[in-house]
Amino acid sequence: MANEVYAPLAGKIVKVSVEVGQQVEEDDEAMVIEAMKMETPVYLEFSGTVKEIRVKEGQQVEEEDVLAIVE
Amino acid sequence: MNESMFALVDSLGFLSLTPGMLVMWIIGFTLIFLAIAKEYEPLLLLPIGFGILLANLPMTHLMEPGEGLIWRFYHYGIEWEVIPPLIFLGLGALTDFGPLLAQPRLIFLGAAAQAGVYITFFVAWAIGFDLQEAATIGIIGGADGPTTIFLASNLAPHLLASCAVAAYSYMAMVPIIQPPIMKLLTSEKERKIKMKRGRKVGRKEKMLFPIVSAVVILLIVPASAPLIAMFMLGNLFREAKVVERLSGAAQNELMNIVTIFLGVSIGATMTADSFLKKEALFIFFLGLFAFMISTATGVLLAKLMNLFTKNKINPLIGAAGVSAVPMAARVAHKVGAEADKKNYLLMFAMGPNIAGVIGTVIAAGIFLMLLK
Repeated sequence: MANEVYAPLAGKIVKVSVEVGQQVEEDDEAMVIEAMKMETPVYLEFSGTVKEIRVKEGQQVEEEDVLAIVE
Repeated sequence: MNESMFALVDSLGFLSLTPGMLVMWIIGFTLIFLAIAKEYEPLLLLPIGFGILLANLPMTHLMEPGEGLIWRFYHYGIEWEVIPPLIFLGLGALTDFGPLLAQPRLIFLGAAAQAGVYITFFVAWAIGFDLQEAATIGIIGGADGPTTIFLASNLAPHLLASCAVAAYSYMAMVPIIQPPIMKLLTSEKERKIKMKRGRKVGRKEKMLFPIVSAVVILLIVPASAPLIAMFMLGNLFREAKVVERLSGAAQNELMNIVTIFLGVSIGATMTADSFLKKEALFIFFLGLFAFMISTATGVLLAKLMNLFTKNKINPLIGAAGVSAVPMAARVAHKVGAEADKKNYLLMFAMGPNIAGVIGTVIAAGIFLMLLK
């Protein structure tokens, strides 16, 4: 089953912590978003394999944008 | 020959140094140190610290009325009330009202966090400050530097330096002062509350907001005009999306330029004989008291609102109702993330945080209306 990783808040992606094909666990850090001059790690809600990453470091994202897909 | 030697020696600064000045040097160096080594509000504490040092070097005449360089900055910038409104122009351009418009009920939290301002006003008055001084001290609880300076220069200029330094110091200490109070007043379960997203806010709405709120607020509290007018103009620049240059200039270049003049002039008002008094100590205590009460009332109102609503508010964001933007919102976020790392409160906390800024300006406007 494919699960979408959403941006919990708007900001700039400063770090992508996972790679396509990587095995990930729930609560792993997937990305780091910078907003209001503060870095906020985004943690995964589910375990699986990273199938797709839709953002790059430095990219601006809006709240609820899909950041990655985990299967 | 002898006489000119004496005149030369007399014109040296050393001989006019007083112990009080040396104490002020220590205060100045401490602020400079905190700014550089600890990065506590460096944009302000660095020029303030250096200003204090300058003001306590004898015979420089830098603060001599009518002639000194820094006196001119102070007179035309602060006494003429130019700089605080220009800072508000920049703040308006920096502020996204989206989080507030998405959940307008959060505005109450920003209002609740002004309670410290009023309570401290009465406490300060009760212990012997006059009404104008008490209002100026109370406003420190809003944790808003430019508003504090604006009110002080109107009501109690002799307290301006101590109040401004107190306000900026407490803003820098938001991450230390607030969390214990927030944790004391909330349960683990409350801190874990994940809030539901508000509705989407459209562009038109964001554009209309500064215009409508400027009109409404200024009709009700005209005395808040200098700050509110500039704040909303800055915000209109931002949301109109057709004057990016003006919006950028207001939040970057202009803001940076006036910050330099603000910092150094505030620092330079802190001469030994104006600052080393027991009032200054009282002001620091009362300011801290105001700030703590405001934090607590914000959290408590959120808890009260939760009794009546299904869509629960995480009470931590109530603490962000003090207007230190965005530090207080960051603190709410961090304390929430400590309880549950997947709790992202930042944007929710921005709602009360922005409402708090406006709340503090309105509180200042009300004081001005009643006391000036």
